[in-house]
Amino acid sequence: MKSSVQTIGEEQIQNPYTELLVLRGHQDIVRFLVQIDEYRFASAGDDGIIFLWNAQTGEKLFELHGHTHKITAVTAFPSPSACEDEKYLILTASADRTVIVWDCNSGRQVQKVTSFHSTVKCLTVLQRLDVWLSGGSDLCVWNRKLDLLCKTSHLTEAGVSALVELPKTCIAAAVGKELTIFRLIASTNESESWDVIEVKRLVDHQDNILSLINVNDLTFVTGSHVGELIVWDALDWTKQASECGFWDSSLHTDTQQEIKLTQNQKEISIQCLASDEECVFAAVGKGIYVYNLQMKRVIACQRTAHDSSVLHIAKLPNRQLLSCSEDGSLRIWELREKQQLSAEPVPTGFFNMWGFGRANKQANQSAKKTQESLTLYSLELIGDLIGHSSAVQMFLFFGELGLVTCSVDHLIILWKDGERESQLRSLTLFQKLEQNGDLQLRF
Amino acid sequence: MISAPDVVAFTKEEELEEEAYDEPPLPEEYSVPLYPFATYGANPWSKLSGSKFPRDFILISEFSEQVGPQPLLTIPDDAKVSGTFDLNYFSLRIMSVDYQASFVGHPPGCAYPKLNFVEDSKVVLGDSKEGAFAYVHHLTLYDLEARGFVRPFCMAYISTDEHKIMQLFQELSAEFSKASECLKTGNRKAFANELEKKLKDLDYTRTVLHNETEIQKKANDKGYYTTQAIEKANELASVEKSIIEHQDLLKQIRSYPYRKMKDSDFHPYEPECAPDQANASFDLDSTTSHHDEPGETHLYARLPPYTPKLIKAKSAKCFDKKLKTLEELCDIYFFTQTVDQLNQIERTFRGDVCYLLTNQINRALLKQQTIVNFLFEDVSVLDEKPAEKHLAGCQGCPQDTVNTKSLEEFPIPKVLISLGSYKSSVESVPIKMDPEMEDPQELKVSDPPAEDHQENLEYLDADIKGSISSGESIEVLGTEKSAPVLTKSESQASLPISSSPHMVRNKAVSGRTISEDSIEVLSTCPSESLIPEDFKASYPSAINEETYADDEEGGIHFSPSLTPDNMEEREGRSEQEHLLQVDSACCIGKESPTFLEPLPDLGRKHCDDDGVVSIPPQPYRQADQGLHVNFSDYLSHDGVPGGLLSYEPDPHYLLSSRDVSKISLDECSDSTSYMSSAASTCSDRSPSPAHPISHFNERHKKKAGQNALRFIRQYPFAHPAIYSLLSGRTLVVLGEDEAIVKKLVTALSIFVPNCSAYTKPVKHWVTSPLHIMDFQKWKLIGLQRVGSPARASMLHSLTRYSRYVSILDADSKTLRCPLYKGTLVPRLADHRTQIKRGSTYYMQVQSALTQLCSKAFLYAFCHHLHLPINEAEVEESIANRRMNFLKLQLGLVNEDVKIVQYLAELLKLQYLQEPGRGATPQLRFDYVPSFLYKI
Repeated sequence: MKSSVQTIGEEQIQNPYTELLVLRGHQDIVRFLVQIDEYRFASAGDDGIIFLWNAQTGEKLFELHGHTHKITAVTAFPSPSACEDEKYLILTASADRTVIVWDCNSGRQVQKVTSFHSTVKCLTVLQRLDVWLSGGSDLCVWNRKLDLLCKTSHLTEAGVSALVELPKTCIAAAVGKELTIFRLIASTNESESWDVIEVKRLVDHQDNILSLINVNDLTFVTGSHVGELIVWDALDWTKQASECGFWDSSLHTDTQQEIKLTQNQKEISIQCLASDEECVFAAVGKGIYVYNLQMKRVIACQRTAHDSSVLHIAKLPNRQLLSCSEDGSLRIWELREKQQLSAEPVPTGFFNMWGFGRANKQANQSAKKTQESLTLYSLELIGDLIGHSSAVQMFLFFGELGLVTCSVDHLIILWKDGERESQLRSLTLFQKLEQNGDLQLRF
Repeated sequence: MISAPDVVAFTKEEELEEEAYDEPPLPEEYSVPLYPFATYGANPWSKLSGSKFPRDFILISEFSEQVGPQPLLTIPDDAKVSGTFDLNYFSLRIMSVDYQASFVGHPPGCAYPKLNFVEDSKVVLGDSKEGAFAYVHHLTLYDLEARGFVRPFCMAYISTDEHKIMQLFQELSAEFSKASECLKTGNRKAFANELEKKLKDLDYTRTVLHNETEIQKKANDKGYYTTQAIEKANELASVEKSIIEHQDLLKQIRSYPYRKMKDSDFHPYEPECAPDQANASFDLDSTTSHHDEPGETHLYARLPPYTPKLIKAKSAKCFDKKLKTLEELCDIYFFTQTVDQLNQIERTFRGDVCYLLTNQINRALLKQQTIVNFLFEDVSVLDEKPAEKHLAGCQGCPQDTVNTKSLEEFPIPKVLISLGSYKSSVESVPIKMDPEMEDPQELKVSDPPAEDHQENLEYLDADIKGSISSGESIEVLGTEKSAPVLTKSESQASLPISSSPHMVRNKAVSGRTISEDSIEVLSTCPSESLIPEDFKASYPSAINEETYADDEEGGIHFSPSLTPDNMEEREGRSEQEHLLQVDSACCIGKESPTFLEPLPDLGRKHCDDDGVVSIPPQPYRQADQGLHVNFSDYLSHDGVPGGLLSYEPDPHYLLSSRDVSKISLDECSDSTSYMSSAASTCSDRSPSPAHPISHFNERHKKKAGQNALRFIRQYPFAHPAIYSLLSGRTLVVLGEDEAIVKKLVTALSIFVPNCSAYTKPVKHWVTSPLHIMDFQKWKLIGLQRVGSPARASMLHSLTRYSRYVSILDADSKTLRCPLYKGTLVPRLADHRTQIKRGSTYYMQVQSALTQLCSKAFLYAFCHHLHLPINEAEVEESIANRRMNFLKLQLGLVNEDVKIVQYLAELLKLQYLQEPGRGATPQLRFDYVPSFLYKI
């Protein structure tokens, strides 16, 4: 099946990013970008070095050395909101089985934990409790001083791949195909000791859980390698809805399905999830799908949004969606309400999306008829950013400051709104002129 | 002194000066016509038919006591230079105008012969029969064997253009003074040497005579003196007297520099271009030790002892005795230095006066545009020594006080000139000061800068006299010794700016080289059926050359609008630039003779200099040699020393059409490989902020101009290509043949705005696939079209990044780039231009770009265009105002707006850039569709 990728051409009126700055420093793949505050971010990757950058100027603030292997997880560790003097800390976990806490203001290593038996694959900060969790082959709970509060027994070899905080001091951990719910018992006045206990084990996924996100206090969503999307109730951990299978199984026999599954695994695995209050945005293979939680169905999609797998997506406040992919580009989409019904058939579910043959077309048509009464949406490509020469691993949206992308080509690119930058430069120019006092220009 | 009846000399300064200004100007019939041969041809730049020599040259003549006036050498040292011009005759002429040949010998009331330290005299004279005009610089050198110990010499700058001599009088005077001072310094040293030898001889003779007398006394016991003995005694007495005389002379000559220090207008010879200085700029650390006694190490390392000779009682001054040559008189080292300087002078003043003056004005104007210069100008040329900056600043502000105060009273601003650069490294040692002076070195270091400054101040005031006598063939038009007390306004009035020459426009219209019909626009996008018409519209069929020219003049605001204050400052500055330019160029000029083969020279010199320095400082010499080796290593490693490249010592080379070497230039104009490969090595290194951009030298400019001219004639899509460059969109020149690609890159590079003062964003030749970083760094790239295996990745990267680049395919002659419909570029690159010479076109482009820069400057620095006038104002209305300004006030059409915006953005970045940090080049781009143009 060959479906062409939507292209936009060179004229992109709505694309505000008309200035870029290449930030060099990394010597290997850059995989992680973490925002520290409103103007700083950290980058980390396979070279084991963490860089701190100024997102406004592109200035390299610090170069943090301490890990000997590639970085496996990064997270910001914000100070508790009550705290007066804000300390900006970041946690980094590496394949050298250490976790290091860094001070972003001084660029110094605050502390280093080396007592891990396996590589820490994910880090989560529970800000309410002021503790952080590390997930590897077991789950450990740490306080700010880096005391080990409690830990689980050895889980599996594969270990925890994703962690998410749930209400009532619960934690959902993706361990292979299973989703395990832990409850954290914090120290109270009576008992000084912390504890973490396994509450429930959910085994609904057929394959490894790749993505796990919180939608709101009531809901969280998981996505698996074989394209299952499950919406869970965050309080009682029951399945609220699920979409399983991003291929059209109705048209194929089971044997074909098996083949298809092996062939297209990459194309249907849910690499990344993002959400706002209404919708969950799933990066599925090369495509992007918008799943409406209320309607419990996919309301818009781009089956081939990119030339290759989408690695990361994020929703912007202005109904825009960003996606980056292995093809080295980042695309800006806009979720638009459709006025005419005839424009694009919106499938009722994932099943109808891979159109083969007549039967499918008919199905589509029938589907369309049934949907006529509903509001329809579409994802419109409004711009693409091409700069990296290979896969864009991740991006970070900095609001007005712009956008940061990191890539396999060792580079980080800062994308900026050229108009705004020009304005800012003018502003600083006149400030400088005023500072110089006499407006008599000299170098 | 031989006097000429038609010579009027202004030897007396003050009275004549004031009279001259009280008097009404001369009636027209008495004044010298501006272009004496203007009637012969309409073009004043054409070769003057009356002249017998093809180009300006420098003549050194001597008034020999044996044969009278005789020419010694010409610079350039070439028989062709003087042509049929009678050097002997002219020598007679110029040597006859020496007013100051002063009495040397026994002045009344003085027991011993007194050396008279004669000032040089500077006159301008003309010989209208010969069609020759000359700046003549008289000087006297000392020679023990000469009559009155003096030998009168003169150096003359001879030109067919009287106007040139008059206009450039100050510069000529300054330059020749330097050369003269160099000669005289060497001469004093040689003279002192000679005296010392003579003293030794005399001493020896005295001893011998004394011994003889003693022997005679012993042999003769009779108690009375024989005639022989009396003779001997007389002889001894005369030797004694001679010794005292000579000792006195020696004392006088040695005390000369010391005495002259007190004189305000003393201008000690400072070899700015001495090898040590050149070294110093490259290797500061090593020179600190090296600088102490450099001259010594050079010249006086090994001194064989002098063996005194017996002097015959009657060393008759006979006429068949051979007089010393100039080399002998001045010490070979100083002589070669002087010749080098004179060569430099010749090169500096080569070309038409109009060009020289325009160049000066140009530089002066450019200096005022400090903010925008980096975009297109050759900053390295404008880069001045820090010392000079101070000086200029000083001249600018306290002008009035300086002028009104007498020079002696003027507080000496010692800080003005960096000591290091002016410190004389040669003279500080060779000439021994008075033995009483404890620390001549220190004195040297502290005083000369002040003097230099004052000298400059004096030139500011110095004035050129209009010609008064125009009687017969020789007219003396002015002397330099005229006006230390001129008031400011007077000196302005005398500056003949209003007569700035107007170009004579050649109105001949040549046929078109390219028919418009051959332009064809192919498109890649589906929505532009209109394009061909639009594109054609950018070639207006009739361009009114004249209005265009007027337009341009109006935009630039040339000299007529300069205020008097500016004028004065400008004059002062431009003169300095001139000096400086010579200096820097001088370094290079010196490089070969003094650096690369310093040793043979050394050997020869050592023999001459006995008696001056008694202890040869061996260790220094070692260090010195080490340095030389290092330096030449540096040169050879680098191939093209980036910093040096810009100092091509020959800025006016191109203008003199009679240049012999021009032919070779034209011959090689087709093979760019040499030039551009040199340039490419430069640009490879260019990101290092240590060197300013080594832009084109003149030759390169000409080449680039020629290629650009060819480009705009050959390629009908030159306009969008140039637009790409001017708007900051990287242009990739793709091709298989390196030479062709590099040629195109060279041609187009004149349109590339620099991103900062230190990086030229041009890459002449790349063979690997391009990357996003390349577009950030380079704005013009020559890219190799490679064979099949690598081709895919290269083309892939080009298509991938196609939104950032315009692609000029040199092989298939296509261009893929955004549409351009503005009016700026057609003016800049008119394929029907009448301009034929590369350098002319280069200058035209430069002037158009300067105009563009000023627009960008206005746009970037207009407060209300970027910031709200009141707080309530919304961004939208500011944007409207901005657009209105660009379109209405600056008259920009369509895409021209983007050019100015881009340049303004560069200006802002440059202005905001903190000095310590390197620029972080942003890549700015637009999402605009590209089109494919074909021939």
